[in-house]
Amino acid sequence: MPEIKVTPLGAGQDVGRSCILVSIAGKNVMLDCGMHMGYNDDRRFPDFSYITQNGRLTDFLDCVIISHFHLDHCGALPYFSEMVGYDGPIYMTHPTKAICPILLEDYRKITVDKKGETNFFTSQMIKDCMKKVVAVHLHQTVQVDEELEIKAYYAGHVLGAAMFQIKVGCESVVYTGDYNMTPDRHLGAAWIDKCRPDLLITESTYATTIRDSKRCRERDFLKKVHETVERGGKVLIPVFALGRAQELCILLETFWERMNLKAPIYFSTGLTEKANHYYKLFITWTNQKIRKTFVQRNMFEFKHIKAFDRAFADNPGPMVVFATPGMLHAGQSLQIFRKWAGNEKNMVIMPGYCVQGTVGHKILSGQRKLEMEGRQILEVKMQVEYMSFSAHADAKGIMQLIRQAEPRNVLLVHGEAKKMEFLKQKIEQEFHVNCYMPANGETTTIFTNPSIPVDISLGLLKRETAIGLSPEVKKPKLMHGTLIMKDNSFRLVSPEQALKELGLAEHQLRFTCRVHIQDPRKEHETALRVYNHLKGQVHSLLVLKDYSVQHLPDGSITVESILIQATAHSEDQGTKVLLVSWTYQDEELGSFLTSLLKKGLPQGTS
Amino acid sequence: QQQHEDLSAKKLRLTKPSKSAALHVDLCKATSPADALQYLLQFARKPVEVESVEGVVRILLEHYYKENDASVRLKIASLLGLLSKTAGFSPDCIMDDAINTLQNEKSHQVLAQLLDTLLVIGTKLPENPSVRIRLVEVACKHLTDSSHGVRNKCLQLIGCLGPVEKGVAKEVESQAAKDVQKIIGDHFVDQDPRVRTAAIKAMLQLHERGLKLQQAIYSQACKLLADDYEQVRSAAVQLIWVLSQLYPESIVPIPSSNEEIRLVDDAFGKICHMVSDGSWVVRVQAAKLLGSMQQVSSHFLEQTLDKKLMSDLRRKRTAHERAKELYSSGEFSSGRKWGDDAPKEEIDTGAVNLIESGACGAFVHGLEDEMYEVRIAAVEALCMLAQSSPSFAEKCLDFLVDMFNDEIEEVRLQSIHTMRKISNNITLREDQLDTVLAVLEDSSRDIREALHELLCCTNVSTKEGIHLALVELLKNLTKYPTDRESIWKCLKFLGSRHPTLVLPLVPELLSTHPFFDTPEPDMDDPAYIAVLVLIFNAAKSCPTMPALFSDHTFRHYAYLRDSLSHLVPPLRLPGRKLVSSPVSPSITPHEDPSQQFLHQSLERVYNLQHLDPQGIQELLEFTIRDLQRLGELQSELAGMADFTATYLQCQLLLIKALQEKLWNVAAPLYLKQNALASAAAKQILEETYKMEFMYSGVESRQVVIIHHMRLQAKALQLIVTARTTRGAEPLFGMCEKFLQEVDSFQR
Repeated sequence: MPEIKVTPLGAGQDVGRSCILVSIAGKNVMLDCGMHMGYNDDRRFPDFSYITQNGRLTDFLDCVIISHFHLDHCGALPYFSEMVGYDGPIYMTHPTKAICPILLEDYRKITVDKKGETNFFTSQMIKDCMKKVVAVHLHQTVQVDEELEIKAYYAGHVLGAAMFQIKVGCESVVYTGDYNMTPDRHLGAAWIDKCRPDLLITESTYATTIRDSKRCRERDFLKKVHETVERGGKVLIPVFALGRAQELCILLETFWERMNLKAPIYFSTGLTEKANHYYKLFITWTNQKIRKTFVQRNMFEFKHIKAFDRAFADNPGPMVVFATPGMLHAGQSLQIFRKWAGNEKNMVIMPGYCVQGTVGHKILSGQRKLEMEGRQILEVKMQVEYMSFSAHADAKGIMQLIRQAEPRNVLLVHGEAKKMEFLKQKIEQEFHVNCYMPANGETTTIFTNPSIPVDISLGLLKRETAIGLSPEVKKPKLMHGTLIMKDNSFRLVSPEQALKELGLAEHQLRFTCRVHIQDPRKEHETALRVYNHLKGQVHSLLVLKDYSVQHLPDGSITVESILIQATAHSEDQGTKVLLVSWTYQDEELGSFLTSLLKKGLPQGTS
Repeated sequence: QQQHEDLSAKKLRLTKPSKSAALHVDLCKATSPADALQYLLQFARKPVEVESVEGVVRILLEHYYKENDASVRLKIASLLGLLSKTAGFSPDCIMDDAINTLQNEKSHQVLAQLLDTLLVIGTKLPENPSVRIRLVEVACKHLTDSSHGVRNKCLQLIGCLGPVEKGVAKEVESQAAKDVQKIIGDHFVDQDPRVRTAAIKAMLQLHERGLKLQQAIYSQACKLLADDYEQVRSAAVQLIWVLSQLYPESIVPIPSSNEEIRLVDDAFGKICHMVSDGSWVVRVQAAKLLGSMQQVSSHFLEQTLDKKLMSDLRRKRTAHERAKELYSSGEFSSGRKWGDDAPKEEIDTGAVNLIESGACGAFVHGLEDEMYEVRIAAVEALCMLAQSSPSFAEKCLDFLVDMFNDEIEEVRLQSIHTMRKISNNITLREDQLDTVLAVLEDSSRDIREALHELLCCTNVSTKEGIHLALVELLKNLTKYPTDRESIWKCLKFLGSRHPTLVLPLVPELLSTHPFFDTPEPDMDDPAYIAVLVLIFNAAKSCPTMPALFSDHTFRHYAYLRDSLSHLVPPLRLPGRKLVSSPVSPSITPHEDPSQQFLHQSLERVYNLQHLDPQGIQELLEFTIRDLQRLGELQSELAGMADFTATYLQCQLLLIKALQEKLWNVAAPLYLKQNALASAAAKQILEETYKMEFMYSGVESRQVVIIHHMRLQAKALQLIVTARTTRGAEPLFGMCEKFLQEVDSFQR
């Protein structure tokens, strides 16, 4: 039985360092290659030794696919390709290819320059790695090799995020990456066609949440920011440089413009400007509104949002600062947080998910005293607000995607085990499909039932469908023909052609059957009675309709190609033997007639 | 004449055969199919007279039988259809031929075209049921064709021509035409999506023509909702909607359980489900149709606003369990708070969902859809449902208000209009009002005006709300002064709708003080006018309010009632004094602006001498008008104003008369002017007598002035008479009389 094997090296019952190995019809594909935010040791990267113990990466993997540019999906890529060593193709969308190196460089800088780690990938490695990348367009079918093909679908989430369909022959897997089913201020919603994959690998970050309307969230957010600014407080919004940041910027920018507010909005880090540049460029990847209006004004050209300088943090008066990174685990956002945490007028708004172990996670869980580096204790007096702006699909969205794609199996990754369990149950209940949730390193095997394509000659197809044409959709249909398996190909041809091709002579197969009838009359009279009987049946029975019944001069009767002869029984003159003979092709009619005759002739009809 | 008519008739007759003959010749000449096609194309461009249609059709058919090339036959078939459409032509004569051609045709495309022609013929003969039945039979025969195009056309034909009345159906002998619904229904599962679509459309067509569809179709149609093709789903949604309107109260079972619900509720759930379809065309369709499903139970309706399945739409399987406990929904968290998304207790696995869980929150989905077309459709639907259900209106309010912040202007506009339509059913909370009012700052004038209209008919719950609205509107006024009219109108309705809420605000709005007089606001300030409009309209149904007005408010009322009468209603003001005070200007309090006005206008008149005659006349005219109006407005000054006005009127007449220098020209030449002058003189005389005797308190100085005026008039009269009368006798008498009067005046 053909099977698909899935082994998560990361993101199995976990969020972070997404990395999933898929073996499908002899092809090995690696989906995403991310790092983990919660760790600073070897655990931050997926365990590639799982593959390398059996040889080189390049030999094992047919291709690598990166779904989007977030570091937990692409952070380990230079390490993987340059330090472990992989020379095969890496596929990602155009925006991802453009933005990914910026983030990797930023990540490298923080790790190497700030924390002083050695044995980390270098700028050159990032560049070399990016040279191996092949960019794909939306809905473009890319032939990786002769059998393996991949296709990208729009996923929302961040600019350039894509879902990938991996297809070998008739077996297919869809990997969603991270996706969002509700459009936001700058991106559209994920969409997939009814591709009916054998397996859908979906993220499940919000497995147990059904969010209420996005608009309420936006209103709440604006209200909170506005109130804090009005009473002179400072608002810190930790974000990842790309993605949510742009959405919230658009939101605040339009709000500031509408309400005519004067408090400054800052955006930390220089990489944003570079990234914003790409947002301006990849307009086709954004939502309807931006695509429609960019001719008049590109929404990413902000008027009220200025670059942040470290010195600004001590300025008096209200301000709003977007700072990276989003989980408050390092960098500028953490620095600003420490400065502002002591004042209860200030507010920190966490717009997204926080991995366990980060400061963000701690303060959201209600911790008010934090132990910082060097045994300092930081008391948090500022207000802490959580607002689910992260662009992952909620449980409803996940269900919606499953309904759209109609997969035969579902596999959950990128979420917490307990929540997955809950969602798994729901999916099985609602869609009656198998649902899996392997942990890291655990292999799930899915048996597929692939359909085997067979070529059929047009003539035969038309002939066969013409017989008893019924307008049923996708109903299995019985066909007569000869299956020729030759040179790894399957063909269905008519028997005559098959005989001709194979140089074989045709053998006729005839069935004969004797039916005894009590009839004292002469043979030809019996035959006449049978003829009349059948003739009468032709009119009344639907099965016999349209068949011609003939009485031949030699006393035999034919119904189409079926021959019926009446002879006297050798011993008993009162019994007549009816000989019914038919070819294999007319089996149906023949056996019907036999059973009809066995019932006997009607009395006194002649 | 006779001859001429004959000639033209003859000409016509001559051309008739020539047209078909020419075509015939052309087609015979054609050597290749391409040529023939060219001729046909050329022919198709010209119109054909009604009389010659039949001949042309015969020719075409003749060629049709001879023609081997399918494309030419196709063109001929389409021409036949075109020709049958000719007004005044009755196509029943060519029907048999057209049906005959069908028999031997092999090409699927031509077959489809021929069926199309038959469809045209059939629709041209609406009062001939036997023809229609025959055509339907023909179509039924071709339904088994292997080409989707032919099946498509057949279904279309059946849909358009199939028998609708029961009586007709009974007469038909043939099996085929008897149950058109069954035939069409069989093709719901055709292998080609285009045929499936055509089948559904045909069914809808039958419905439109008045056939009552069978309820059995419902389950078939439900299956089509899961079709792979969007056009099928889109049509299926329509069909389900039709059925839900036909059989709203029927009971349908819920699969995998023994529960049953009303058909309209079930259909509603299914259409809700389609609001999150993959194709936006279907989403628009579904969202639109939701609006017109009015018979839906309220708990199903309310489910559309909540993405989580409500507990009352789930039933336990057994009544025993049901009785055991009421359970709450809340398996899923809302994502609002951090950490509340830990999985909760599994509620129960044996429960049956009355509504598919995918269908809940249809409007939440629709309103935040990616495509604004869907959002607009959802807003419209919301509006229609809210209009018929006040409780739903109350609940959907938050969602509508949120739509005011949509990124696309059309959606904002639509939602504002929607809100206005349902505003009778709702009362805005303060926070909602806040969001609504924030839109006043929108830079689009359309949006602002729509919002003003909305505020016209909004119910506000608190006086703070009214105050807020007023403040925001005034802000809007300063930001966009061009909105003035619209804002005033808005405040007019706001005031008349909420008199009791405005009442406590009045002192603050008018900035009056119980002890101190406050400075009088500027009457021309649009903002002040706006406030007054609000208050006066509220005062209309709140008789206690005028007591709070200060004096100048009353005056401003009178002014506004006059200048903006469409905005200020007539009020019965109890505080208004009807008895006029003594007219003498010296007694009147100095502050009174109307007194001032009177003085000013009189002062202006003092300076008359320095102006040119034209200017004098105009000034006088204006002053008279002003004075008359003032007299009407301020009764205490009425007498004085009237008096002055009359005086000035006399002055004006005199000036006019003198200006023409009437006394200089020879009288006979200017009869008319003379008449005018004498009339003027007469009127002045009359008025002066009135002035002298009809007003009380006229001082002697003023009497002298009056006398002076009268004298002038008499002088004028004298001159005119002198000019016109022949013979000196009467003149002398007059002169003497005049001189006497001058005498007495001097004394």
